[in-house]
Amino acid sequence: MNFSLNEEQVMLKTSARNFLEKECPKRLVREMAANKQGYSPELWKKLAELGWMGLVFPEEYGGVGSTFLDLTVVLEEMGRVLVPGPFVPTVVLAGRPILAAGTEQQKRRLIPGIANGSIIATLAFLEAGGELAASAINVRGTTHGEDFIIDGTKLFVPDAHVADYILCVIRTGDGVSKEEGVTLLLVDAKTVGIHTEVLKTLTGEKLCEVVFSNVMVPRGNILGVLGNGWQIVQRILDEAAVAECAWMTGGAQWILETTVNYARERLAFGQPIGSFQAVAHRCANMAIEVEGAISITQYAAWAISENDPEASAAASVAKAWCSEMYKHVAGDGIQVHGATGFTWDHDLNLYFKRAKTSEIAFGDGRYHRERVAAYITGEGN
Amino acid sequence: MDFNYSPQEEAFRREVRGWLAENMRELPPWWGRPDVPGPDVDSDEYRHFSFWWHRKLYDAGFVGIAWPKEYGGRGATLIEQALFNEELARHRAPGPVNVIGIGWAGPTIIAAGTEEQKKRFLPKILSAEEIWAQAFSEPGAGSDLAGIQTRAVEDGDDFVVNGQKWPTGAAERADWAILLVRTDPDAPRHRGISYLLLDMHAPGVTVRPFRWMDGDSSNCEVFLDNVRIPKTMLVGKKNLGFYVAMGTLEFERSQLGATVGRENIINDLIRTMKRTERDGQPLSQDPVLRQELAQHWIETKVMKYMGLRMLTSQLKGEATGPKANLGFVMAGESIQRLQDFAIRIIGPYGQLARGSKHAVDNGRWLRSYLTSRGVPTIGGGPVEIKRNIIAMRVLGLPRSY
Ligand SMILES: Cc1cc2nc3c(=O)[nH]c(=O)nc-3n(C[C@H](O)[C@H](O)[C@H](O)COP(=O)(O)OP(=O)(O)OC[C@H]3O[C@@H](n4cnc5c(N)ncnc54)[C@H](O)[C@@H]3O)c2cc1C
Repeated sequence: MNFSLNEEQVMLKTSARNFLEKECPKRLVREMAANKQGYSPELWKKLAELGWMGLVFPEEYGGVGSTFLDLTVVLEEMGRVLVPGPFVPTVVLAGRPILAAGTEQQKRRLIPGIANGSIIATLAFLEAGGELAASAINVRGTTHGEDFIIDGTKLFVPDAHVADYILCVIRTGDGVSKEEGVTLLLVDAKTVGIHTEVLKTLTGEKLCEVVFSNVMVPRGNILGVLGNGWQIVQRILDEAAVAECAWMTGGAQWILETTVNYARERLAFGQPIGSFQAVAHRCANMAIEVEGAISITQYAAWAISENDPEASAAASVAKAWCSEMYKHVAGDGIQVHGATGFTWDHDLNLYFKRAKTSEIAFGDGRYHRERVAAYITGEGN
Repeated sequence: MDFNYSPQEEAFRREVRGWLAENMRELPPWWGRPDVPGPDVDSDEYRHFSFWWHRKLYDAGFVGIAWPKEYGGRGATLIEQALFNEELARHRAPGPVNVIGIGWAGPTIIAAGTEEQKKRFLPKILSAEEIWAQAFSEPGAGSDLAGIQTRAVEDGDDFVVNGQKWPTGAAERADWAILLVRTDPDAPRHRGISYLLLDMHAPGVTVRPFRWMDGDSSNCEVFLDNVRIPKTMLVGKKNLGFYVAMGTLEFERSQLGATVGRENIINDLIRTMKRTERDGQPLSQDPVLRQELAQHWIETKVMKYMGLRMLTSQLKGEATGPKANLGFVMAGESIQRLQDFAIRIIGPYGQLARGSKHAVDNGRWLRSYLTSRGVPTIGGGPVEIKRNIIAMRVLGLPRSY
């Protein structure tokens, strides 16, 4: 039993911290929130050169051959500084399932490009209902000779406007259960009939509406088995949830450190506000929640790396915890900063907003608690 | 990172499991069966039973697992101790007695005691031939231990002690107590306190049991009236006893046993929820209760991994004293919410006490609901004090008082 990062992971963490502090200042984060593209191609290129996009892919596909746990080490640092751009969509939402379920040909075609930063990819999953359930997948793919024709609207698709490929979750059939008949299709984003519109969001993250009108996709672009895509989707959701947890944990640590520093220095009634227990205990509560988040997220990431049978349950436990944790910590951070914390100019508000979108992403606390309940009672609801 | 255990540790786990499977057969029929009438926890019969079981654990080498061999321990690591606690909880087996002796008095004597003290006391702590109590708190000094008033005056080879201690757990049955006394009233508060070993059978020691609100009556008031304690019973330096008491003891901080205990409670509740119908459906299908149930499980898992992270850093020799409070605060407050949830699950039956007709699990839930208000957030150090320590010593915030 050894619950700590190994030497290489600690080095990875340190170098990521140093690199991002220099290359991803808050000025850039704010600029990119307002920018149409939403990411800096220069920074993207540098991340690729560091090998981050290829971290979790085998060397034979141009990757680095590290583990999912290693990836979360980097994600934690990215979340700490709020790196803008399509990193998680490309690597976790698209790259990972292609590696797990793709044919040899699909892998050879896409993974090397993802690993070297030349391909941006994303996942089109949610629809109008906004629900993470198989029953909510209604965008249809109908067979047309050797092709599928997709019709319908996907919502909240991250970074679709800059993506080269969209991994699309569609319905190709109706089975006894809603899970049957769900299929994943790799869609070239330039295909005729795809219309993408960036939605205006809380954080400036680029979430898109993607409308498919008579979009033709060759059969060879099915990822995995026709009608059997839901299993892959579940794995994507687990990994995405844990990736988001790592991101949240990084941000929460920034908030905690920033807030504790402020509480040491800000004077009121002639003393540092951190000497008032109402403030000190709020900080202690933040520290408890953050320590819990670090612990459960690293465990969940390890479980995914090891294909542990508990991985899926661990992902839900972690996401439920971190979703609430990040909101509390961000809110507490603002409270301790007083009016300063409520300003547009203070960086805290970037984290407070991100805490909300992170909570929503890949299932909020309520969603994951229900999944945990199903797991421990052995009964669905 | 690796959550697997070494072959050696796994072998130890198998040994524990094998031993428990074999020996738990000898437990009385009422053990772990609230539906079978058994003795009161305060009764002689229960005491007899727990000493009998302790002796078996002791003979098997499961008491003092991480204590050095030379003092009668097993000489294993804190991992084995954590594994043992985990297995004990998983099998719902009774634990050892003499908790204060094994957890506090012994380790303190190992760390700061004289050779004679070690020889004299340590073996009988593990065998439970001598039971220990902790007499630190006083009516006027709890959180602020440096405020104790009990006085010790030197007289020849002895200290002569006068004062009152309260609350003192297990004092009525104890043979010895670790005791804090004021030896220099003129020194700064923290620097005039000494750490003594008190013979509870010495003349001048009067013990008066009282009852906690959950019905437990094993705690006492202890009156010390001209009690003579030989100077050979001083632990550490005179007047520096406060620091001996506060010294970071190497007790196992993973709380793995407690975590499994929580899992047991949750699994018991799930069983109850499945067979209890309300509004025409089992409680286990109620979406609101499912949310709450899941939250308890989530907190349990989060605490488990916080504990293992703490244990890892402890094994690396890092100072975990202040940091361990992160998990302790959460555990203390969380168990209270869980016990409150349990009462709501059993509904109106939740108010029926042990021995009552219709009581569910013979009142077990009511008792543990009340018990959870004592040690978890007050007796083991109030959570407010723990938060102060986190703020000051983990986060580096200024002192608040
Ligand atoms: C079930 C049980 C068993 C016990 N067993 C033993 C035993 O065997 N031996 C023994 O020596 N003692 C024992 N104790 C006593 C225990 O150690 C004390 O209760 C504890 O140290 C708190 O002291 P107090 O009760 O005097 O509360 P106080 O110190 O009077 O505190 C009262 C309240 O004020 C708060 N408070 C105090 N100071 C501060 C501060 N600086 N900042 C913020 N809040 C503060 C506390 O958190 C608490 O909420 C036991 C207690 C319980 C409940």
